[in-house]
Amino acid sequence: MATVRVILPYHLYTLAHSDAELDLDVAGPVTLAAVLDALEAAYPMLAGAVRDRATGQRRPLVRFYACQDDCSNLAMKALLPEAVATGREPLVIVGAIAGG
Amino acid sequence: MSRIRVLVGTRKGAFILMSDAARRDWQVSGPFFGGWEIFHIAGSPANPDRLYASQTSSWFGQVIQRSDDGGLTWNPVGNDFAYIGDPGTHLYYDGTPKPWTFKRVWHLEPSPSDPDTVYAGVEDAALFRSTDGGQSWQELPGLREQQGAKWMPGAGGMCLHTILLDPVNPARLVVAISAAGAFRSDDGGVSWKPINRGLHSQYIPDPDAEVGHCVHRIAQHPARPGTLFMQKHWDVMRSDDAGESWFEVSGNLPSDFGFAMAVHAHDPDTVYVVPIQSDSEHYPPEGKLRVYRSRKGGNDWDALTDGLPQEHCYVNVLRDAMAVDTLDSCGVYFGTTGGQVYVSADAGDHWQAIVRDLPAVLSVSVQTLP
Repeated sequence: MATVRVILPYHLYTLAHSDAELDLDVAGPVTLAAVLDALEAAYPMLAGAVRDRATGQRRPLVRFYACQDDCSNLAMKALLPEAVATGREPLVIVGAIAGG
Repeated sequence: MSRIRVLVGTRKGAFILMSDAARRDWQVSGPFFGGWEIFHIAGSPANPDRLYASQTSSWFGQVIQRSDDGGLTWNPVGNDFAYIGDPGTHLYYDGTPKPWTFKRVWHLEPSPSDPDTVYAGVEDAALFRSTDGGQSWQELPGLREQQGAKWMPGAGGMCLHTILLDPVNPARLVVAISAAGAFRSDDGGVSWKPINRGLHSQYIPDPDAEVGHCVHRIAQHPARPGTLFMQKHWDVMRSDDAGESWFEVSGNLPSDFGFAMAVHAHDPDTVYVVPIQSDSEHYPPEGKLRVYRSRKGGNDWDALTDGLPQEHCYVNVLRDAMAVDTLDSCGVYFGTTGGQVYVSADAGDHWQAIVRDLPAVLSVSVQTLP
């Protein structure tokens, strides 16, 4: 079991009534899908807010950053960087800059 | 003494406006859900402290919020709006088939008798129902079987925006969709039929088609549910047979394009509309914000202007942004895309702004509290 740090954008941590930064216990390989599974299990109101309920894919205006890299287009089943898996670096969920 | 609670959904959050029965002095609270689009807030007639709100965002999708204390506190409930089966395709703006995809909830209609039962009209157009206070949602798929492949979005999206629950016959529901038309169920939402006979729309290939009309709003008086008033894309229409046939009642309106519509709480023949210049110019004719009232069920309309701006006014009044209260002197309310919410405590004769600088108003609903 890995403990992964996740930083949520304002609208999601207010929706979840949570802190901006969360520690999530992630079972198995630390992939985007596994982190989002853990996020949605702990905060069911975030289901559908980060990834589409029907397709399981990232919502178009949501981005994922880690270790100064944009990992938004990683496959959901791809491993996240080791620094994220070990909790040294957070996975940052961001609302894309769009709309002015 | 009665109180009034006005529930306002805007582009950037929700607001609640409270007053006593005089409706002169208002207490404004909010924004709730600041920064999110609040398409609609509605209170349960069976339990006025039970409120439902549709909170949505292009970034983070759909949330349904519920309050059990009249809007003091809120909690998110279910947001899984899954179409039943393979929903197939509808027509896109360019006439090509496009897969049915859930986007947002436009309208929430709580049951008159059960606080836990609420209907949701969504984009892409479908009707959902929850019987557990919004925790879970089930589609009523028979509606989409009414030539859904021929439905097409209006400019605002292919939205189901009007849900009328017949107060006399609980098995009867009427819904309206832009741009598909009006539909009625007489068996609690299992099966449906188009009710668009008499509508005439020049902007579709067959102006008299069974489906495809861009209905903007339908209003009904609870004491006479068989009479329906419709603000169509163009034309103000009336039916006296629960939608089996429609006839035009635009009469002397300066424009019969518009969105919002309401019926007086105590007089089924008194109807309100807000004429808009055209589908190309979404603002009032001549820059004058005028509510028009007919006391004869249409055709004969009077402009109501006292307290409303009569120059340089270029706001719109959207389809879900007009409502009435049920006090003896019927109050009429509407919100504008300029962020004003107006009230008339005397059925439209005089108006005052409750607030002037909210974000663009998407919806206004009103609760008359004991």
